[in-house]
Amino acid sequence: MIRFMPLAATTVVFLLGFLACAIAFPNFASLRVVMDLLTDNAFLGIVAVGMTFVIISGGIDLSVGAVIGFTTVFLALAIERAGIPPVAAFALILVICALYGALMGAAIQYFELPAFIVTLAGMFLARGASFLLSTESIPINAPLYADLADNALRLGGGARLTVPAMIMLAVVLGGAALLHFTRFGANVYALGGSRGSAALMGIDVGRTTVAIYTLSSVLAGVAGIVFSLYTSSGYSLSAVGVELDAIAAAVIGGTLLSGGYGFVFGTFVGVLIQGLIQTYITFDGTLSSWWAKIATGLLLFAFIAFQQATLHVARRRRPAGVTSP
Amino acid sequence: MDQPQASPLLTATGFCKSFAGFVALDHVDFTLHAGEIHALLGENGAGKSTLIKTMTGVVQRDAGSLTLNGEEIAPHSAKEAAKAGIATVYQEVNLAPNLSVAQNLFLGRQPTRLGFVREGEMRRRARALVAEFGLDVDVSLPLERYSVAVQHIVAIARAVDLSARVLILDEPTASLDAHEVEVLFAVMRQLRARGIGIVFVTHFLDQVYAVCDRITVLRNGRLAGTAAVADMPRMDLVTMMLGHELSEATHVRPPHREGGETLAIFSGFGKAGYVEPFDLTLQKGRVVGLAGLLGSGRTETARLVFGAERADHGSATVAGREAKLASPGEALRLGFGYCPEERKTEGIVAELSVRENIVLALQARRGVLKPLSRREQDAIARRFIELLDIRPPDPERPIGLLSGGNQQKALLARWLATEPRLLILDEPTRGIDVGAHAEIIQLIRKLCAEGMALLIVSSELEEIVTYADEVIVLRDRAHVARLTGDALSVSGILGAIAADASQAA
Repeated sequence: MIRFMPLAATTVVFLLGFLACAIAFPNFASLRVVMDLLTDNAFLGIVAVGMTFVIISGGIDLSVGAVIGFTTVFLALAIERAGIPPVAAFALILVICALYGALMGAAIQYFELPAFIVTLAGMFLARGASFLLSTESIPINAPLYADLADNALRLGGGARLTVPAMIMLAVVLGGAALLHFTRFGANVYALGGSRGSAALMGIDVGRTTVAIYTLSSVLAGVAGIVFSLYTSSGYSLSAVGVELDAIAAAVIGGTLLSGGYGFVFGTFVGVLIQGLIQTYITFDGTLSSWWAKIATGLLLFAFIAFQQATLHVARRRRPAGVTSP
Repeated sequence: MDQPQASPLLTATGFCKSFAGFVALDHVDFTLHAGEIHALLGENGAGKSTLIKTMTGVVQRDAGSLTLNGEEIAPHSAKEAAKAGIATVYQEVNLAPNLSVAQNLFLGRQPTRLGFVREGEMRRRARALVAEFGLDVDVSLPLERYSVAVQHIVAIARAVDLSARVLILDEPTASLDAHEVEVLFAVMRQLRARGIGIVFVTHFLDQVYAVCDRITVLRNGRLAGTAAVADMPRMDLVTMMLGHELSEATHVRPPHREGGETLAIFSGFGKAGYVEPFDLTLQKGRVVGLAGLLGSGRTETARLVFGAERADHGSATVAGREAKLASPGEALRLGFGYCPEERKTEGIVAELSVRENIVLALQARRGVLKPLSRREQDAIARRFIELLDIRPPDPERPIGLLSGGNQQKALLARWLATEPRLLILDEPTRGIDVGAHAEIIQLIRKLCAEGMALLIVSSELEEIVTYADEVIVLRDRAHVARLTGDALSVSGILGAIAADASQAA
């Protein structure tokens, strides 16, 4: 099945990478490392699931990194300065994120603006707003944060399935179910295949577009909550450039940047690959962390070339008798 | 003429539609019965698409009423029309190519349980549905893995399953091969037997006679006639489409010009699946016309000659030298100019001024390193605005704001500014008002007298016989006749178009 080729390739690359790491470092192949991989990349995994929906529908969302940053600052201020209970603050920020995403989706749909520009504006707005709230890193000392940090599934050998990791896994599973097994998911693919055709087939393109960007922003909000749990602070400069990591994860995972093709599971593996590179560098100890970026860049190139090649093969395999008019 | 069967399924009465003053439909009536395949024919701009779009609510009509099964309906969108039971399948299949066949059939109405699509159930229903249409496909594979013919049938199956009673097929066969056309026809006959009314738009006359029951012909936005296929011989049909009574030349032709110096010779020139190899000689001071029905290969021939499409057969000799004609750039360097038919999409740059549009080709030929000075540009623009009487005579006006006739003149000016040796015009008088017609023809004659070689594609047969020295008739992408001298007449051209391998007209 040519459709699953990129997904299979990504999974194979991850397994080979893991094997290479395990050979290089004797302590690597442990449950603890795997669990840490999940925890450290939880926020990226969550936001990348949203990005997968957006890209499959033929769009892009550059605002998610800034939305994460805004969320952490908002939570820090709401909990520490305004004294709002953390759970209420979580609910509040998710509503704000939903509205923000809906607004961007509506602008893209009803003003017929390119998603690139609208979400770029959304990125500047959200980042600017978080600077407006505070330019300093604000520690969050609420008891809930400490409790959640301690509250983890202990799997022995020092391995812990933390709350952020659990949230990420839940988002990945939920996202996969939504994308692959519901009408909404089919509509997302239809939009990526051809917006015009989707409309002629009776799909409410406007509502679907708004829903997709709302979902992406809400997941960015969830990622922001997880990020603030992870760092126990709010900082306006957090998660700068995460939107690009999320795009990279989706593409490495086999999602076609032009829309119409992709899998949530592929994105998940894409996130793990990026995390694996980071972990390798941490284990090695002598490499600069920028090598992670270089490796990610090379991988991206390799995967895009690979996708083009499989697409080419797939097109060549189409039955004959089709000539352009 | 037509036998009133039971009451008609779909009736459009007095349909009118104008676009910015241009009358696209003028009191057109159309009747479709249940269980018939009804051909809707007409040349480009005859109003076929406008009629379809106004019937399906994609475009709002100015006047007229539409009844389906005796009930008045007024759909405001393709979706509403589909709900009422009128479905359209376009030449460009409007499905999601990346989704599975099953998803495409049931998109938006998939069987679900607790919000989740029941994939197995959907595939089972999809298999049953495609089996009804005689398709043997794996419904779980993406649609794009299948040929255009299969995609068309899937689109039809989806439409029919959405309880369509009227199915409009807009040039579904344009990109199908002969076998695929047969498969599609089998499906159409089967739907006819089920009592569905089918409107079939095509420009292949053979297909009309192969599958249709009745024919309606539109011409210049008016109803030209409607009749049962049996009552409409090929010759009558072509005459009705092109709109000429067979009365002999009403126009006086200028004396036949002897060919001057030979400019270009094409021998065995052609491209597989595009235009059959042809021979063509172009001489200075001589007009060669290309006539034929839409899709017969006229424009394709022009594009091959200009290098817009690369020939894979034969050779071309221009001014005594072998020429490859591999790109429009090469044709430009050889002194060729080409005014395409689609002014809006292939010709004018609507946002640029008249002056900028006029100097475009000349600048392109000189290259970016030798820009025309503003003074030269102004001089050229002024000269042609005056010469061709472009109105309003304002070189700085965006060309998109000019009328069709004046846009056409500006396009002509663009090529005349390059002082071409050969000018190729595709439908130079299409979509412009009658006064401008005469001016353009006048201009063609003048250019010819100045020694330019011209190759002109036109559906206006009466016009083409007045200015052409030689007319080549095309049919089914092949040059089938060459008419000169006394043979060059409207009836001669019509005869050559209607002639058919099996039945000589």
